[in-house]
Amino acid sequence: MNHSDYVGNILGSEKINIIDLSEIYQDELYVIVDSTDFVKACHLLHKRLDSSVMMFFAEDLRQESQIFALYCVFLNVQSHTWLFVRQNIAQDKLKFDSLAKDIYSASLFEREIREMFGLEPVGNPDMRRLKLHDEVWPKEYYPLRKDFTGPKEDSFKGASYVFKRVEGEGIFEVPVGPVHAGIIGSGHFRFSAAGEPIINLEIRLGWTHRGIEKVLEGKDTNDALRIFECISGDTAFGYSMAFCQAIEKILGLNIPVRSQLLRILCLELERLYNHANDMGGIALDVGFSFPAQFASLIKEAILQLNEGLCGSRYLKGVNTVGGVKQDIDRVKSGLIMGALAKVKKDFIALEEMLFSSISFMDRVDATGVLRLRTARDLGIMGLAGRASGIALDMRKVFPGIYNNFSFKMAKEHTGDVAARLKIRCSEVKESLNIIQHCLEKLDACSPELKMTGEEKGGFALGCVEAWRGPVLVWVRLNTKGKIERCKIVDPSFHNWDGLSFAVLGNIIPDFPLCNKSFDLSYSGNDL
Amino acid sequence: MSLSILKNSLKKGKVTIKLDFVRSALPPEIEELGQELKKTIHTKFGRSFHIREVDTGSCGACESEIIACSNPLYDIQRFGIDFVASPRHADALLVTGPVSKNMELALKKTYEAMPEPKFVITCGHCALDGGIFKDSYYVVGAVKEILPVILHIPGCPPSPLTIIRALLGFLRQS
Ligand code: SF4
Repeated sequence: MNHSDYVGNILGSEKINIIDLSEIYQDELYVIVDSTDFVKACHLLHKRLDSSVMMFFAEDLRQESQIFALYCVFLNVQSHTWLFVRQNIAQDKLKFDSLAKDIYSASLFEREIREMFGLEPVGNPDMRRLKLHDEVWPKEYYPLRKDFTGPKEDSFKGASYVFKRVEGEGIFEVPVGPVHAGIIGSGHFRFSAAGEPIINLEIRLGWTHRGIEKVLEGKDTNDALRIFECISGDTAFGYSMAFCQAIEKILGLNIPVRSQLLRILCLELERLYNHANDMGGIALDVGFSFPAQFASLIKEAILQLNEGLCGSRYLKGVNTVGGVKQDIDRVKSGLIMGALAKVKKDFIALEEMLFSSISFMDRVDATGVLRLRTARDLGIMGLAGRASGIALDMRKVFPGIYNNFSFKMAKEHTGDVAARLKIRCSEVKESLNIIQHCLEKLDACSPELKMTGEEKGGFALGCVEAWRGPVLVWVRLNTKGKIERCKIVDPSFHNWDGLSFAVLGNIIPDFPLCNKSFDLSYSGNDL
Repeated sequence: MSLSILKNSLKKGKVTIKLDFVRSALPPEIEELGQELKKTIHTKFGRSFHIREVDTGSCGACESEIIACSNPLYDIQRFGIDFVASPRHADALLVTGPVSKNMELALKKTYEAMPEPKFVITCGHCALDGGIFKDSYYVVGAVKEILPVILHIPGCPPSPLTIIRALLGFLRQS
């Protein structure tokens, strides 16, 4: 049975009226249903495909067709397809039935749709804004509407944000942030504690919101690419790759094998330096400074290698629509071999240092546990998901050129800091192998790096398993090749919630440790 | 119990490794710069120069490079520069990122919390004038329109060497 029939059957079984069902690409299926059936359809697919809500976003199509379109995206792992469930909302209706009551993972997305488009998720128990803080942004200015013009400055006095409150004898609150003690992004953490253990943690984000999705509108792909490299600096490559993939899908470009290889080589380098960073960070947060410093040198070595390869320590400027701009010749290949042989040795030493220290292991074992059940409900992605037992790695679901390499997906089940550390250790080994094999394949590969195509309009999703987890970029291009709408989802958007559950029952001094073990992006979340 | 710990550490021996490769990878210029920097800091700032960092909407790469300045390779601390946890302990404020509306107040408050004399330094294109985000509805504008900025460190992100060089140049004149 093909994907369309399969989905048609699922929806048909509950008598859901399908307005349109089309397979736009081999791995993207779009189904349009009535607004009245939308919740039911999503609920059904959520259960049957065993997929959390991967993306949920709106698009302002009032100029063309007097509607807002709403897309809820699920992943069908078995058939390697994305399923977009769409409903159209008449422009004067401005509301939709909330999914969040049944599917928790839709909750944050609905709040985002509400603040950005002014579409009301009827029934969502939490309507507070995420990114446009009440203190600085008046009501009823919706940035992602096409007719948005900035708010009038003078009349607005500022409102305040209401935190959830835990009440009872002996309960106290500890507010932390937005400016933290370390050199790190901005976010606010509000702990409620009784004695030592944390009873509730509310994470308020959005501080670094830069309005990226709006900034992207009207940009051509070259300008947009530069912005993508600045969304989350530690994932500069992952982001630019996801964006390029989306555009290449729209333009129908099959990029040369050589550039596919070079892309995953860089993606794995990015994974390596970030994993080194976090392994060190975890050590640092229990005060184990020698391995922390040692790890910072591994990271530095990889950053220097990156610079040697492409002139940028964060692998900026490598990707371009249609391929890559920089080749890796024999000399550079030798450079990589040399550097990575050393890095490999150091990683082994680092792992040994950490795992042989009883006091270190005591701190990370059974600390910050995120259970599988909770992780599933929250829709936890990537590395953190795998540590809790969710076997999902986009490199396996949509392998592309990864098909040529055998690698094992890391998976743990304890969901604690130690598990997230172990995932990193095993991913490091796999990444090193992948890079090695990549270099061997490059030797025999034709030198072609880039493809160009006709300008074309359309829409598509790009997906890359970056080091934290899947980076998703959905783009609609108009016929002039300019961006009409772009939705970006960083794995952190799902995973911050995971952190707030993982710390429950832990003591506040263990918070930095739990936090580092997730190492989520502020800027990727806030956009 | 304590005996077993002792036994364990004896059995394990020395776990630290000599990191002899570290300094050799650094351009020799940085040593000279550093020594000069140390002297300047010694005379002008009473031995140490403390910096508080604030992210007003950065992508995180600028932070990553600032952190790298303290890794054992660059080890900016040995020249007397340190990054501190509180603005109360700081001589300088190092700002990254275009100033988002949400961070404007936090930025001002952090500055106010610093004792005099104090300096503001911006790091990265974003902090100079909003960089590629300057036209956004949520970006307030350049840091220099909000606070008196005395030095800018250019780059996207500036490398650790650029940061160290810029700080030296600044401290030399001030
Ligand atoms: S200047 Fe560049 S590296 Fe620094 S915060 Fe801005 S985008 Fe990121």
